[in-house]
Amino acid sequence: MINPDVKLNKKLFDKRADQKATRDGFGEGLVEAGKIDPAVVALCADVTESTRTEEFSKKFPERFFEMGVAEQNMASVAAGLGVSGKIPYISSYAVFSPGRNYEQIRTTIAYNDSNVKIAGHHAGISTGPDGATHQATEDIAIMRAMPNMKVFVPCDAIEAKKATMAAAKIWGPVYLRFQREKTPIFTTEDTPFSPGNAEIFWQSRSPQVLIIGCGPILYDAIVAAKELDENGIGSIVLNCHTIKPLDEDKIAELAKKCGAVVTVEEHQITGGLGGAVAEALAKNYPAPVEFVGMQDVFGESGTAKELMDKFNLEAKDIKTAVKKVIKRK
Amino acid sequence: MEALHDKKLKFLEEMANKIRREIIEMLVEAGSGHSAGPLGMADIFSAMYFHVLKHDPQKPNWKDRDRLVLSNGHICPVLYASLANAGYFSVEKLATLRKINSRLQGHPHRGSLPGIETTSGPLGSGLSQAIGMALAARLDNKKYRVYCLASDGEHQEGNFWEAVMFAGKQGSNLNNLTVIVDRNNIQIDGFTEKIMPLESLKDKYEAFKWHVLDVNGHDIEEFVAAVNEARAIYERPTVIIAHTIPGKGVSFMEKDFRWHGKPPTQEEGERALKELRTLGGEIKSEHE
Repeated sequence: MINPDVKLNKKLFDKRADQKATRDGFGEGLVEAGKIDPAVVALCADVTESTRTEEFSKKFPERFFEMGVAEQNMASVAAGLGVSGKIPYISSYAVFSPGRNYEQIRTTIAYNDSNVKIAGHHAGISTGPDGATHQATEDIAIMRAMPNMKVFVPCDAIEAKKATMAAAKIWGPVYLRFQREKTPIFTTEDTPFSPGNAEIFWQSRSPQVLIIGCGPILYDAIVAAKELDENGIGSIVLNCHTIKPLDEDKIAELAKKCGAVVTVEEHQITGGLGGAVAEALAKNYPAPVEFVGMQDVFGESGTAKELMDKFNLEAKDIKTAVKKVIKRK
Repeated sequence: MEALHDKKLKFLEEMANKIRREIIEMLVEAGSGHSAGPLGMADIFSAMYFHVLKHDPQKPNWKDRDRLVLSNGHICPVLYASLANAGYFSVEKLATLRKINSRLQGHPHRGSLPGIETTSGPLGSGLSQAIGMALAARLDNKKYRVYCLASDGEHQEGNFWEAVMFAGKQGSNLNNLTVIVDRNNIQIDGFTEKIMPLESLKDKYEAFKWHVLDVNGHDIEEFVAAVNEARAIYERPTVIIAHTIPGKGVSFMEKDFRWHGKPPTQEEGERALKELRTLGGEIKSEHE
């Protein structure tokens, strides 16, 4: 059943429940962060509307910088602002930032320990028709490997807003991952969000598997958990919104309880959430793991739904992985 | 900035010579590092840290200080020697360059040593960071100025021109920014105009709406006058293209690109120091 303590949306399983993109949550969170702290500034590389930086640019024009199509300059200008008392948020598509400007982020933001927040948008294959060039599926891995960097992957628009606002209060470099498509709003304002603390969203009476997810695909994990529960397979679903620092203690504790793990993400299984969880388990409590995610391949053009089906990132695929991992116990 | 009297000028020239000697000593001790660039920029660093910059080595994080961003981090021996002589840390520490547990990293790292404004080494992103600092000054109504010291070779990086273009767009909003280009015409593989031509650098900056000045980078008086002119320009940021001789002061290193990325041996170091102490053989008694 849904964990009552996390106060999820009661209409969670209603097909007509509200949907909103996590990028919209970013836009709202950025404006709120800007209202709270005048040190917050925003930079964008010619995608102000689609990254939802537009509202901030209208509200605080003197604190907004249009950088043009130049992600490398954007990252390092932000680095200069960040060591001069400002809290810059930089926005572009994740394939370009942190894709194209990886080295500027590494040297001038992360190693330089500048207080910059990197918002990577249009992440994952659900970006759709634009094709694989615009579908970031390696960004978590790139950013997770970087010392000084923290990594948040919010699961819906409400959590995206919370993560965006929380980033302003954390000193140092933070990577925030957002998606383009509208996805179910399944948390509420009252759902706890504390960086570094994974939360149990679903818990069956006798769980046989721990499902760990991040981002909007976590919703499909809960749907899968419910359907599995109805068929007598109990599980725990953990919202792992912070990939770094990873909540290793909770993951080990729950893995011990369940004895098997499935990770779920709209990202390559190498180096992303799956990689992070496998590392943590190898260290603390070795257990069989199945990985739902991109299997070392690029995406392609199509609608979000068609792509999630083609690349096996739906609730049915999570159920398959659960059954498989239980057999390995 | 105070006026540049003859006495001060002599002090700055002697300081540049001291910095050159310390660069040689550091490099011999380290056994690796870059020789030509640091020697070529010693006069400009002496002028910056001992005349131009508004700074306080006792308060390295003073909010109103002028910022010096070294974009081409590989010439850091000249930065370290300047900071030590200015009083940011003790001159004895220079001997730890590139050694284990040293604060003097092979390329500068902000936070490792007081006085370092930014981490650099990978080329082409210093100007972007200087722009960020200059924009922060505007947002906070601060009067400090930002100086970015860059190499000519790093103008081959795309990031550099993204930054030049952005600063040109900002116009008077970035008149608190001055770039100083070390135009020494060499890079690791050879002469810049052979590896990847940069000329006309002046025309390129002007096309991006910058104010451009050309100076002899070893004439401290001329350089300081250019810095003063940059301060007086309202409409746009200024670039000072400083023509320098790589390896300046050590005859067997001057203008030879092979000295870009290697240190002198013990023996070469001794020859270099003797030359520097006698000002290239111009004076008989070694002055110390």
